Amino acid sequence: MHNLAAITPLGGANAREDRIGGITIAENPGRAMASLTTRLGRDADVAKAAKKLFGFALPEPGRMESKGDWAAFWTGPGQWMVTAPFEGHEDIAPIVKAGLGDAASITEQTDGWAQFDVGGSGVVDMLERLCPVPSRRMKAGDATRTSIEHLGCFVLCRTTGEAFTVICPRSSAASMHHALSIAARSIV
Amino acid sequence: MSQINRISGGQIDRGNTLNFSFDGKSYQGHPGDTLASALLANGVLLMGRSFKYHRPRGLLSSGSEEPNALVELRTGARQEPNTRATVAELFDGLEARSQNRWPSLAFDAMGINDKLSPFFAAGFYYKTFMWPKAFWEKLYEPIIRRAAGLGSLSMEADPDTYDKGFLHCDLLIIGAGPSGLAAALTAGRAGADVILADEDFALGGRLNSETFTLGDASGADWAAVTVAELASLPNVRLMPRTTVLGAFDHGIYGALERVSDHVAVPASGKPRQTLWRIYTKRSLLCAGSTERPIAFDNNDRPGIMLAGSLRAFANRWAAVPDRQVAIFTNNDDGHRTATDLLARGVRVAAIIDTRADAPRMADCELLAGAEVIDSKGRLGLNSITVRMAGGQTRQIDCGALGVSGGWNPNVHLTCHQRGIPIWNEALAAFVPGKNPTGMSVAGAANGAFSTAAALASGVDGAVRALADLGVKAKAADLPQAEDAPINLKPFWYVKGASRAWIDQQNDVTVKDVKLAHQEGYRSVEHLKRYTTLGMATDQGKTANMGGLAIMAEMTGKSIPETGTTIFRPPYTPVPIAAFAGRSAGADFRPVRLTPSHVWAAEQGAVFVEVGMWKRAQWFPKPGETHWRQSVDREVLATRKSVGICDVTTLGKIDVQGTDAAEFLNRIYVNAFGKLAVGKVRYGLMLREDGMVMDDGTTARLAEDHFITTTTTANAVGVYRHMEFCRQCLWPDLDVQIISTTEAWAQFSVAGPNARKLLQKIVDAEHDISNEAFPYMACGEITVCGGLRARLFRISFSGELAYEIAVPTRYGDGLIRAMVEAGREFDAVVYGTEALGVMRIEKGHAAGNELNGTTTALNLGMGGMVSKKKDSIGSTLSEREGLNRDDALNLVGFRPVDRSRAFVAGSHFINKGDVANAANDQGYMTSVAYSPNLGHTVGLGFLKNGANRKGEILRAVNPVANEEVEVEVVSAYFVDPEGERLRA
Repeated sequence: MHNLAAITPLGGANAREDRIGGITIAENPGRAMASLTTRLGRDADVAKAAKKLFGFALPEPGRMESKGDWAAFWTGPGQWMVTAPFEGHEDIAPIVKAGLGDAASITEQTDGWAQFDVGGSGVVDMLERLCPVPSRRMKAGDATRTSIEHLGCFVLCRTTGEAFTVICPRSSAASMHHALSIAARSIV
Repeated sequence: MSQINRISGGQIDRGNTLNFSFDGKSYQGHPGDTLASALLANGVLLMGRSFKYHRPRGLLSSGSEEPNALVELRTGARQEPNTRATVAELFDGLEARSQNRWPSLAFDAMGINDKLSPFFAAGFYYKTFMWPKAFWEKLYEPIIRRAAGLGSLSMEADPDTYDKGFLHCDLLIIGAGPSGLAAALTAGRAGADVILADEDFALGGRLNSETFTLGDASGADWAAVTVAELASLPNVRLMPRTTVLGAFDHGIYGALERVSDHVAVPASGKPRQTLWRIYTKRSLLCAGSTERPIAFDNNDRPGIMLAGSLRAFANRWAAVPDRQVAIFTNNDDGHRTATDLLARGVRVAAIIDTRADAPRMADCELLAGAEVIDSKGRLGLNSITVRMAGGQTRQIDCGALGVSGGWNPNVHLTCHQRGIPIWNEALAAFVPGKNPTGMSVAGAANGAFSTAAALASGVDGAVRALADLGVKAKAADLPQAEDAPINLKPFWYVKGASRAWIDQQNDVTVKDVKLAHQEGYRSVEHLKRYTTLGMATDQGKTANMGGLAIMAEMTGKSIPETGTTIFRPPYTPVPIAAFAGRSAGADFRPVRLTPSHVWAAEQGAVFVEVGMWKRAQWFPKPGETHWRQSVDREVLATRKSVGICDVTTLGKIDVQGTDAAEFLNRIYVNAFGKLAVGKVRYGLMLREDGMVMDDGTTARLAEDHFITTTTTANAVGVYRHMEFCRQCLWPDLDVQIISTTEAWAQFSVAGPNARKLLQKIVDAEHDISNEAFPYMACGEITVCGGLRARLFRISFSGELAYEIAVPTRYGDGLIRAMVEAGREFDAVVYGTEALGVMRIEKGHAAGNELNGTTTALNLGMGGMVSKKKDSIGSTLSEREGLNRDDALNLVGFRPVDRSRAFVAGSHFINKGDVANAANDQGYMTSVAYSPNLGHTVGLGFLKNGANRKGEILRAVNPVANEEVEVEVVSAYFVDPEGERLRA
């Protein structure tokens, strides 16, 4: 076991959690993430191997699927982000690669991103102040790409109207946290 | 004496009193008041001075169309100029001031302009200040700016915050008057997602200002009951104090919500205003209509206002400008004002109706076929002069005059996508023409002026809009309401009038319009620019029709032939701060922090902005008082032993696929096909035009897996370029790319002791000796007892150097571990300045050299452009002009007198030549003080530079009027043979 301590995207030893009014903004460093991109002409192979590895079919555009440890959301044509608990899947890329073989290109993305789980009453009002995503209409399992605070992000709906995940570039986690916090405070 | 002009009734909360001040004098009003209504109730009619002539002005209207009553609100940093008193909601402690006057509103010294008015006609500035040209900026403009202009700025930073937001709905209803409320009721009950927005703080529109009944209820009560029902529907969002300011592409609307303007200071954390972008499936414009005045001489005196506004103040706000009024109208609606005022105990001296066959509708004197031709009174109206039907004149005493020239539908938003309104002869008004996609119009905005017609058209509009969306809506039951027909005879201005104001905000008179015509300005767009008619905060809402009617008459054309100017967003003024939202000051844009940021901040590092990144520029030690001391120390220690630098900001792109090597072959000028697994190669990338785009190293981790690096500045641009190539140019290649810039914390470890330091970090099973891991080797390793990591033996400094990468969350741990491991070697951590010094000493090109105008040949890398394969830019790099004998070459420079310094940007001139563009020999791109050599060194592009080593030139800096003699030398100041990096 190596002896290097990890820090969170916000620079702390532990994940930060804030409660502002009825809203919770929680840093979540607990998911490992890898990109999965279909190689040319290998769509059928990927579909089959992914179903076997994850236990579900890779989701359609705008959607997220999950089962057990694994979750995946669509990010582009033939592209998904695959996630699993960091504990036990820290070196996620070889695990996915072993299941997909040469049908897909797999790249570790875990620390390229910062994940904020946001929820509570008013969370939709908060998101409306941040991005053009129709968060009020999103259903659990909806996942989309958008821009928040000038940053390319993913917004995932975990529970309709109540719980969402915002995934942003890790180096800008502090700016995103600031944006989320002031939006939460400005809800009238 | 307080509120002398307050009458009974109205929708104000008399149980509560609000204190406010105007020009330092204290007054009282009530919740429900606007600043305008409260001032009127207190007998204050004089509210401002006009823009050009400084004429005394009062209210013309009661709404957002107000041209005159512009005031400064609040004090200190929150002071805001040019606020319309008619839309400023009264709050306790409000401080308001008149503007554009000196020394006081009642006595304004600049009123002299009014006496000099013959000189200030349309086009005055254009004609007068043409000569001499040089006088404009220094003399004329400052004088004009002082005399004209409106409010003043505090010059302090705005302490408030502004939000931006995004909303989605099935149906956006713009305006909550009778048509908007009826539409919202219909669509809301049908379950559609509805947004109902209105600029007023009280929803109801004219229902709050009229005495009509709807069924058994007053208009205001029906509106209140309807609003209450709408508020109970979860699918309806009510947005009072929200102006829909523009109709944009694809059903998108902009709206400004004044969240906190009705309180003294916004609640903590709350925005002052929110700018909403509203995505709609359908929209229904229920924006109502605006009354238009009739122009006659001296029609701008305080007390003369629109008739509909006069009764709005009386009915809604229980305030009248005077107890004796008169009415001047060309239509039946003007008579309603008389009826309403009479019912409230106000004397109506006479109704002057321009129509000879005017109907008798109110119980007061009616002067049919008569015209108001002049007014009298010093700072407010005392009397009017009326030309009777028979031609004789008559003086009528009155303190207020209500004027009605008819009503204009508020078609503005229908025109934001270049729709052109259509003239309706029966209404003598423009009505909507072709609306933006998805928009329909109801109520007075569509020419349905009666209450019954407005209600019905609102219901119909909602039913149709929802039917478009496949929703069947049941029409709301409508109450019985007035349904009076429009009865109007167009009358724009009194013949013979000259100083009759068309546009009160810009001081444009009937005479000015005629003058513009006389001078050849026939198009309404030219008329607008020449006279300023219809410009500024009110955008001519009460002025445009009058102006173009006169222009039509002058040119002998009809009004529709003359046409209108183009309506553009915003509908009413929007603070620039609202467009900025939260992106202001330090939050202007997000920042990017490096993995070692926490550690660097602990060390007291000085940070520099590099794009959005904050990078450590240098790390000052105790006793170091000048940045050069820190930088020199970092450079010397690195070259002597070992230095560590966070280089995470360089772009990293993961390239995979069976065609990954072929893909790289096509985007880089040099070959990558035969790069062995476990090796790194420097690559140069050209734009299509043959100029250098970027450079970097590419490591091959597997046959089908590469990691390409980019410069920090071009990380996004190169990734975008590669995506374009992959998706659009060569979709047949099997290649997948994704950015991993942030996923890995990467550090450069450079200097003679770099290997020794890393051997303490890299796990023992990985041999990193020179034999096992030579220059340009790479590999996947583990560090610190098993953490996956990547090691690249590459060097930017020219030293024995490595770049080591770990997952970003461990970057902080790794730098701490390396600093600890480096203690025995006196290791330093260096910043971007030392990095820059060392790369200049080594002659490595960076952003200064890859400046978009340079070729591989210029950089001394022409030989890298492979002729054995095609790559982007290789063909155009062969252009004759780019390959001349005297092409620029990158070479080094040092001062002949070693004690002298020169600056980047200097141009090279041969000794004895005049320093001008014709004699230009090239330019200096990068300069640094080399602590190793003890003097300044530079890199630059010199004509035929490769063959001019040893030549003495002048580095000329015309900006500072300085020049330094320099010697042309090799760009490799340190270790020209490259022995260190292979050690």
